[in-house]
Amino acid sequence: MADKRFPSPFELEGPEGIEGWEELYPYSVLFSEDRREYEEDRFWFWDSMHWGAAMTPWDSVFLEMAIASLSQFNSRHYRIPPADGIDFRVLYGYPYFSPITIEDGARIESRVPEFMERAGHYFVNWNDLYDNWLGKIKTSIDEINAIDLSPLPEMEDLSVVTDGIGTGSGHRLLEEYRTLKNLCLKVWQYHFEFLNLGYAAYLDFFGFCKQAFPSIPDLGIAKMVAGVEVDLFRPNEELKVIAQKAIDGGLARVFDNPEDVAGIRAALAGTDVEAHWNEVENPWFNFSAGTGFYHYEKTWIDYPEIPYAFIRDYIIKIEEGHDITRPIEAIQAERDRVVSEYGELLQTDEDRQAFQEKLGLARVVFPYVENHNFYIEHWTMSVIWRKLRELGANLVKEGIINEIDDVFYFRRDEIDEVLWDAYSAWAVNAPNRGSVYWPPRIARRREIVAKMKEWKPPKALGEPPSVVTEPFTIMLWGITSDSVTGWLGTDENSDELSGMAASPGMVEGPARLIFDADDIGDIQDGEILVAPITAPSWAPVFPKIQACVTDIGGMMSHAAIVCREYGIPAVTGTGFGTSQIKNGQMIRVDGTAGTITLIEE
Amino acid sequence: MCEACPVIDWAQELPTVRSFTARKVDADMTDHIVWFDRYESEHKPFLGGKNSSLGEMMRAELPVPPGFAITTNAYGLIWSDPALVDDVNDLLRSIDHDDLTGNRKTAGRIRARIEAAPIPEDVAADITEAYAALCRHCGVDDLPVAVRSSATAEDLPDASFAGQQDTYPWIQGVDNVLENVRRCWSSLFTDRAIAYRHSMGYLHRSIAMSVGIQKMIDPVASGVAFTLNPTNGDRSQVAVDASWGLGEAVVSGEVTPDHFLIDKVLREIVKREISDKHVEYRLNDAGVVEKMDVEAERRSKPSVTDEDLVAVALLARRAEKHYGSPQDVEWAIDRHLPAGENVVMLQSRPETVWSQKPKTSVSSSSGDPIRSIVSTLLSPMHVSDGGAEDQDDNRDNATASNQKSSETE
Repeated sequence: MADKRFPSPFELEGPEGIEGWEELYPYSVLFSEDRREYEEDRFWFWDSMHWGAAMTPWDSVFLEMAIASLSQFNSRHYRIPPADGIDFRVLYGYPYFSPITIEDGARIESRVPEFMERAGHYFVNWNDLYDNWLGKIKTSIDEINAIDLSPLPEMEDLSVVTDGIGTGSGHRLLEEYRTLKNLCLKVWQYHFEFLNLGYAAYLDFFGFCKQAFPSIPDLGIAKMVAGVEVDLFRPNEELKVIAQKAIDGGLARVFDNPEDVAGIRAALAGTDVEAHWNEVENPWFNFSAGTGFYHYEKTWIDYPEIPYAFIRDYIIKIEEGHDITRPIEAIQAERDRVVSEYGELLQTDEDRQAFQEKLGLARVVFPYVENHNFYIEHWTMSVIWRKLRELGANLVKEGIINEIDDVFYFRRDEIDEVLWDAYSAWAVNAPNRGSVYWPPRIARRREIVAKMKEWKPPKALGEPPSVVTEPFTIMLWGITSDSVTGWLGTDENSDELSGMAASPGMVEGPARLIFDADDIGDIQDGEILVAPITAPSWAPVFPKIQACVTDIGGMMSHAAIVCREYGIPAVTGTGFGTSQIKNGQMIRVDGTAGTITLIEE
Repeated sequence: MCEACPVIDWAQELPTVRSFTARKVDADMTDHIVWFDRYESEHKPFLGGKNSSLGEMMRAELPVPPGFAITTNAYGLIWSDPALVDDVNDLLRSIDHDDLTGNRKTAGRIRARIEAAPIPEDVAADITEAYAALCRHCGVDDLPVAVRSSATAEDLPDASFAGQQDTYPWIQGVDNVLENVRRCWSSLFTDRAIAYRHSMGYLHRSIAMSVGIQKMIDPVASGVAFTLNPTNGDRSQVAVDASWGLGEAVVSGEVTPDHFLIDKVLREIVKREISDKHVEYRLNDAGVVEKMDVEAERRSKPSVTDEDLVAVALLARRAEKHYGSPQDVEWAIDRHLPAGENVVMLQSRPETVWSQKPKTSVSSSSGDPIRSIVSTLLSPMHVSDGGAEDQDDNRDNATASNQKSSETE
């Protein structure tokens, strides 16, 4: 493979008609001539798992916050011996990552005692620190909710005068926006407070199992560690409860037309079903239909027609006589069986003890790995997006943008200037410049983003690495030396695809390609879902589908976890599934071997 | 003539087997008959290795076809005929161990003499009654059975070499059964067995012969299973080689078998290689085993269903647990038994390649969990892309049946 390489970021041509795209993103994330020597030597991969579509300027803020935070915990907090952070760039709207591996043996060695002390503290005090973490997240969410982005008033309230406040709404608006940005960064730092260490402990158990059982399927290891009562499953479980309550209360037909939100709300008024909905919607329906990384992804709480449709499907299943409850005891018993049977196949007492210890630690850390996704990506992000839309509504009122969602086409630093413009114009009581300056520029940015979205970025850029060792790149993105080689050697005409064997079993059926969460309602019984990536909130469609295929994701990607839970075959990280499989095409998915065969043209 | 070669002291009495009253097959245990389903370990000296192992398997609730063993007591009784003893001893004394051709002839005469001797009446009566009981149990007149020799050698570790091991498949009717029992008995006196005992200094009388009578199965497919992955010793997997018909095609290497790996714990088939299986051994219309061409449409089809494969793997695992060491198992899928009961085991014996390696720990000795995490972070990690597929698995060198053949050589 030495002679093969990915396109250089400096030579890759982007889509037509996007001149000026660079101004949508901060200068620090752009490939540039002045850093060319450094950038061109590196391997960069596209994280299509989290950012499968071109990002608007404000959406890309979370890319920066997430990856800087991830890096910071590796490099500055825990001193992960062989790995600093993950460098990141944005090219034509898409994020490219490059893990920074430490190769100098002496430097690695000097970080070992630092890592042991720092990581050791977290491992030893994990449960207390995690309880504390849950409190910090809830506090941050309350603080974000409390941010006051209300419009500038015609006249300050009398109390501002009588209480001797001495500052006004413009100051408040500027201040609150800065608070919002700070809280965004804060929760993204929290996101990685435990995650890297959680993966490290999991990888340690994983590595042990691979040594003891060289051919053990990855999912055998995942099954031993996976939690039974996981917060990420809770929103879906609540839909089942509501479906059952609706049947019990004679309200099953209320959900027949899930689009009629007002009608359903009216019909449920005062019922048990409504009471249960109100009890659980916060936080559990702060659940994104996507990954949580795009402002336009719908959340259940804001778009109840999505959960209503799932409830209708569950009602039908129950009425057909299916038991849709999650068999917690059976799942628990199966997990215990798997652990005890692998355990008894070990050869020495020493190994049996190590197995129990490592599994014990992996299970202590794993609830965080599984649950943080709900707390940050779903709950906190849905609150943040709502708050930013509040700001958008405000700017619409000031005439600076035409639509609420235009706010996501500003860079985060530009909004400081926009708010200043609005404030000072309001203070002077004279026309702001933004109303004439921004609308054409936003329109142009919308055009650029739309064009970048239609473009298909390459999976990687630059020099392929000789070996991938950065643990989180392997664990989270499923990127290994082999998979990178596979990307280079892919024969686009092959009738077979391979990926991670994420959930066992083999089935044949027609493919259903889904690129947008809004289209998951199109999925018919017995189809095989093929998507760039699935979201946990798609769980209710899993009883319908026979199997699932995704372009990217490792064994512990959110999709893999949910697929295993639903007991259907899944192959993740195929790289090219959505570009090689056609809608309606018959395919065979072998989730045990990690292969997909295209049966017909 | 060999003066040094010890001859048989027929006067020595063989210990007797006690009878058992518990019954599964509706028939009595006698001094001459031990039913496999009532086997106890104290029967072992009277049954020889192969029959004991069948009894042991039944005790472990492994689905072995039903049958019984004719004990070494029965064999001992044939030597109560002084004329037979004299004739055989004369022939043994005439052997010149340097004359290979002559020996083959003499050995043939000894065997012919043994086969010509009448079976003692009470032994013949017990075998006849037991065979009838087995026919009744299976609901088939003249039930086809396998008649197998199972040599026993007190204090000798290698009975399998000290006595020839024969199997006569598809024997029907009591007269044919009795005739083949005699052939098993006489098989202790092949030239090779005589020469082996001679070279090792073993007494001819130190070897005795038990004979197994077992319902014949008519396999749709059969094969072998190892309770570990022969390419890397991974004990969490069962390796299965399978082909159409009787096991001969796989064992002899005439057919490249289908090859599978099954995870013992997940109970999933993690690897499957289906090969072109051009011939099979099966019964022809005359009830004789024959090598036949496999029709084109069946050649490249899997010879075992996924459900049956998992059943084979779980049975192999059960055998491994019972014996406490990795096993090499022969199994078959019967054509006539109902689905769910049609997977049968024919034999289970210890795996010898990986089991003999010393047990070593894979965990680092430090015992410090954080130190262990550091080592994990420092060594390159591999997440397999294809589930349990072993990338460098070279199956030409390492299929289960190849390991088997190298073992029996």
